[in-house]
Amino acid sequence: MKGLNQFFIVLWFSILFLPFTGIKASLMLFTLLSSCVLLFRVFMKYGKGVREGVRRLRKRMDGVKMNPSTRPIVFSLLAGCLFCLPFIAQNYLLDISILAGIYAILALGLNIVVGFTGLLNLGYVAFYALGAYTYALLNVKVGLGFWQALPLGIGLTGLAGFILGVPALRLKGDYLAIVTLGFGEIVRLVLNNWDSLTNGPNGVSGISPPYLFGMPLGILNRYYYLVLLALIVTYGVVGRVHESKIGRAWIAIREDEISASTMGINTTRYRLYALVFGSLWAGLAGALFAAKMQFVSPESFTFMESVLILSMVILGGLGSLPGVVVGAVILVMLPEVLREVQSYRMIALSVGLIAMMIFRPQGLLGGLAKGR
Amino acid sequence: MYLLDVRGLTKHFGGIRAIEDVSFRVREGSIVSIIGPNGAGKTTLFNCLTGLTKPTKGEVHLSDAAITGLPSYRVVALGVARTFQNIRLFREMTVLDNVLVSQHLKIRSGLVAAVIRGKEFLSEEKTAREKAFEYLDFVGLSDSAHIVSSNLPYGDQRRLEIARALATEPVLLLLDEPTAGMNPQETGELMEIIKRLQRLGKTIVLIEHDMKVVMGISETIVVLDHGVKIAEGNPEEIRNDPMVIEAYLGG
Repeated sequence: MKGLNQFFIVLWFSILFLPFTGIKASLMLFTLLSSCVLLFRVFMKYGKGVREGVRRLRKRMDGVKMNPSTRPIVFSLLAGCLFCLPFIAQNYLLDISILAGIYAILALGLNIVVGFTGLLNLGYVAFYALGAYTYALLNVKVGLGFWQALPLGIGLTGLAGFILGVPALRLKGDYLAIVTLGFGEIVRLVLNNWDSLTNGPNGVSGISPPYLFGMPLGILNRYYYLVLLALIVTYGVVGRVHESKIGRAWIAIREDEISASTMGINTTRYRLYALVFGSLWAGLAGALFAAKMQFVSPESFTFMESVLILSMVILGGLGSLPGVVVGAVILVMLPEVLREVQSYRMIALSVGLIAMMIFRPQGLLGGLAKGR
Repeated sequence: MYLLDVRGLTKHFGGIRAIEDVSFRVREGSIVSIIGPNGAGKTTLFNCLTGLTKPTKGEVHLSDAAITGLPSYRVVALGVARTFQNIRLFREMTVLDNVLVSQHLKIRSGLVAAVIRGKEFLSEEKTAREKAFEYLDFVGLSDSAHIVSSNLPYGDQRRLEIARALATEPVLLLLDEPTAGMNPQETGELMEIIKRLQRLGKTIVLIEHDMKVVMGISETIVVLDHGVKIAEGNPEEIRNDPMVIEAYLGG
């Protein structure tokens, strides 16, 4: 019976896509998905050896993660690879890597709010936009350099998080999600309509790249190192806070707010901390984005962007630091890989996410974070 | 010397009188049981004592400090810890992390210290872990320290709740049906734990349905029915109180 069920799901899916893709593509989708389901079932039934192998591999992977002595080795290997990338990669790959790095910072920041503390924030892009515009405007209109503008941008983003958080954190669950969604839209609309300051939909152009000791970092491989450094700092700081009493308090709030408050945690205050501390990183990522593009416009900060960042966090595994970085990298790389099938890639992405929810709801690396 | 002094505590939810003018006192170092049929207002009373709900009227004093209507994180800081009837562990966290969370107030280092990870921070974390293991040892769970807490067997989850409450270093421990759903052997072990807690100098108030536990360990019993205190006394007095027999014990 279960097989029949899956068959109907596939059929339903194909019919759903009929209006968008036409009969031919829809039939292809149906055939493809059916064979996938069939293969999967055969694999589950007869592939005992394979399954056993996968299980053992996963167990060993868990072992690697949990064993603290192998962690530095894995990290330094990874760092080495990342460091060498500009020497072997072409500009195209480097460009995407920079973008992936910026998104990884965003995902790490949002993960504090959504993954650790369990507050659904659908307006995270607003903080990203604030960070980007702060640097853009301070640079173009005031003439501040990247390093002077950066702390101001981060500070302003944190302040915005505070201003949003004080009233919004009285709400919970879906209501909080709606308020943050609204906040995201408000920020975008203000940027779009405040012509005298933000130049409206035309955006701000002519933003200068950062300089380091008089050396411009605008060239891709130099900029790559700047983003890599920012990512490592973000990862390190977030990771350390995660493993302190603050991180534990956040997770406790996510798990059971009432219980957390009877353990001495001022839950309102810690929810606010999470929102503010999570927003800071969007400020950093925004400044990096503006300095890389040398141009910002409200178009880059739509609601879809919030959804994308949230997808990274969910795909990688709520609450897992390596997970959300992997999620960010995958979701930035994926459209590039799927460039050939341009018009279907949103479908592929959504099917992928749905499949994830069914087969691995905790996210790609979600399970590993538990036993830390 | 009375540690807890509850005076005329009243809690109404709209038209429902969950607790009506309840007063009792708890002597330092004693074990007090609160019994009563379902819906008598026992858990609401606990919620009022721990700041989870604000009482409509009445006062609660802990030693000399008024704790009436304080938010729960403040009440904990003054030394009142509790467990829950329907276990409320931090399910996705490990057993150890559960006990570390409840040492929140004992750890001083803030954000900056956590990022720099200096000597003080590390030693504080180390002390917290050592203490966590002490508390886990106390309830016999230190071997399960690295298990995700939702994977623990039921009885162990109840004991972990006690360890977690204990880690806030309370003077007064409120246990809400600690033996609910346990088999006789587990119940016996839990009674042992409660007695050991008393020997540690903790004052204990528990809500309990198991009469063997109630009669076996409590010095004073408070009986609630429909939100009203109908009797208070030692086990012998309660056993022979006609009102209690009618309302609860059923002869």
